[in-house]
Amino acid sequence: MNFQLIGVNHNTAPVEVREKLAVPESRLPEAMKRLASYPGVEEAVIFSTCNRVELLTQTKNGRADLRAFLREYFQLDPADFAPHLYERAGNEAIRHLFRVASSLDSMIVGEPQILGQVKDAYATARAVGAVHSQLDLLLTRAFAVAKRVRTETAVGSSAVSVASVAVELAKKIFGSLQGKHVYLVGAGKMSELAARHLLAHGAESIFVVNRTHERAAQLAAKFGGEAIRFEELYETCDRADIVITSTGAPHAIFRREHGELFLNRRKNRPMFFIDIAVPRDVDAEMNKLDGIFVYDIDDLQQAVTAHVASRQEEADRAEAIINVEVERFQARLQARDVVPTIVSLQDHLETIRQAEIDRARGRLGSLTREQELALDSLTRGIVNKIMHTPISTLKTAARESEATTIVDVVRRLFNLQGKSAAANAAKLAAKKEDKG
Amino acid sequence: MPILWLRVALVCYGVGLLYALVALTRATDLLARIALHAAYLGMIFQIVSLSESASAAPQMTLLAVHNLEAFLALLIMAAFMIVYAIYRTTSPGIVVFPLVFLLTFLASTGQQPFLFSPAANRGWLLVHISFILAGYAALVLSFGASLLYLIQERSLKSKHLGGLFSRLPALEVMDEIGLRSLLLGFPFMTVGLIVGMALAQQTFGDINFLDPKIFLSLLMWAVYMVLLYTRWSSGWRGRRAAYLASGAFAAAVIAWAANTIHRFGAS
Repeated sequence: MNFQLIGVNHNTAPVEVREKLAVPESRLPEAMKRLASYPGVEEAVIFSTCNRVELLTQTKNGRADLRAFLREYFQLDPADFAPHLYERAGNEAIRHLFRVASSLDSMIVGEPQILGQVKDAYATARAVGAVHSQLDLLLTRAFAVAKRVRTETAVGSSAVSVASVAVELAKKIFGSLQGKHVYLVGAGKMSELAARHLLAHGAESIFVVNRTHERAAQLAAKFGGEAIRFEELYETCDRADIVITSTGAPHAIFRREHGELFLNRRKNRPMFFIDIAVPRDVDAEMNKLDGIFVYDIDDLQQAVTAHVASRQEEADRAEAIINVEVERFQARLQARDVVPTIVSLQDHLETIRQAEIDRARGRLGSLTREQELALDSLTRGIVNKIMHTPISTLKTAARESEATTIVDVVRRLFNLQGKSAAANAAKLAAKKEDKG
Repeated sequence: MPILWLRVALVCYGVGLLYALVALTRATDLLARIALHAAYLGMIFQIVSLSESASAAPQMTLLAVHNLEAFLALLIMAAFMIVYAIYRTTSPGIVVFPLVFLLTFLASTGQQPFLFSPAANRGWLLVHISFILAGYAALVLSFGASLLYLIQERSLKSKHLGGLFSRLPALEVMDEIGLRSLLLGFPFMTVGLIVGMALAQQTFGDINFLDPKIFLSLLMWAVYMVLLYTRWSSGWRGRRAAYLASGAFAAAVIAWAANTIHRFGAS
């Protein structure tokens, strides 16, 4: 078990750095393949979302130089990104992945999108063969853990409450949402969720603006709304009472002068901007205009925190689940190593014993039935007595962290390499899965 | 007796005042309901008080400052109740209750001098006074709504969403209450002023526009009109409209003060 992870996320790196390290979706398969064949790396998967870029690998000895890979792959000066990197190994890498998949490491804790993104990355990595054995196990486990966290704690409801806080704020501004028009600028899961909430609370119509018009049309059809070309955004946006933006634009797309223009055309009727994009789509200056209210994702998140007093409690419960799951997964991985070793060790000794009995029989001539039994129990006794300590040591080791080392030593001492260990392991793992 | 009923009404409005003070710091659904009922009672006692003094001296009722104050308080409460009936919100009470309490308190402290020269045409004088007072009541309510609008707007902008914020009605509602009470009050104010002018001319022959009372009244009316005009024409609303409404209210308070201090025709 040599998991190694390196990456940047919204906590450690500003968006300028994250942008540089982002891998576009079209290039992900190739990047994963390249990482998987990097010296020291056996399996690899890359997560690249707007809030994080992470390389997760299974390495030969836990000492693959992932920093060097980043340097080579992105052709960047290490000074640009090195200070923002974090690295995790072994258990900590497992824990980190579980937290990411469960959306505990997200900017909006509990937002549902990240699990889908991790799953997509997994599918891509599998398709190109970058993930096949241990990482496969780890990732599938991570999905199960994420599901468990979602069902057993209220962490997931916090993302939903971002949407409902948005609704509540809109009601604080407009009173009733009846007859209000909503503009969705950029089509993402979160903005879709917010729009759905607004509609459910009486908002009249949804307009979708997106750089790719097809996507806009698709989403608009979902809400029975109208798709609008991006070029027509500024021309038509004064219609909107509520604007939800979530584009990937690197610069603000709504600036003060736009706000002034809209207000002018609207005869100063108020507008509410919900900016869930990172980097932000709405210039902070906009909030200074009389009649325009801008809430970015941090503001909404803060409002949620203020509302859900028990949020910390839920996050703690989620962390506890993850702790348990990390231990469980670790035990499973180690058992995966230890059990086949014990089996092949026993097989190996049994073969030796049988061979020796056969040789002795040749020398002793014909034996009575009693003598046969005595010989058999004698040899068996010797083997068992000798093997008792090593096997129980292996079994104990399975529950501790040095299992890999001991298994390695035993395998080498008894020359157990190769053989049917892998096949056995698969069988045993399957059996365990059934029981668990 | 009228003074006694007025003092009972004062106690009722006191409950409203208590609500206003508590509502600034925490949610008070129960107290809001109690204050509302107390306010109904207060209005009844005030009507009783006013009609008693009216039946005692029919011609004099609205000519005495204390009765004027009581009558204004009653009108403000009536406007507040209308808003409550439409918008189901007691929040303007945060501003309205203290003011009504103050007016009723002043009225109940006892007899005060006559404000008007009894020589004027009584019937028209009554029209003048009650219309002006209705205009004042609307202005008070508009001011209350504007004040709350500003508080609400500030907390929305600064993103401090706790405390009073969670209990105030929506910005748009505040804006609407402010505008509607202005719209409602304006004709009253205008008619009241015109009648007042006509009365002054009739009584004294000439209108002295430099007389502080007339000057301030006209100034207030001008601010009032500008306020309505900007809202209507350029869609002035929100913060600026709220500031202007506060300005109009300030002008009204000064005009009122000038009225009570400066007795018409006595100088």
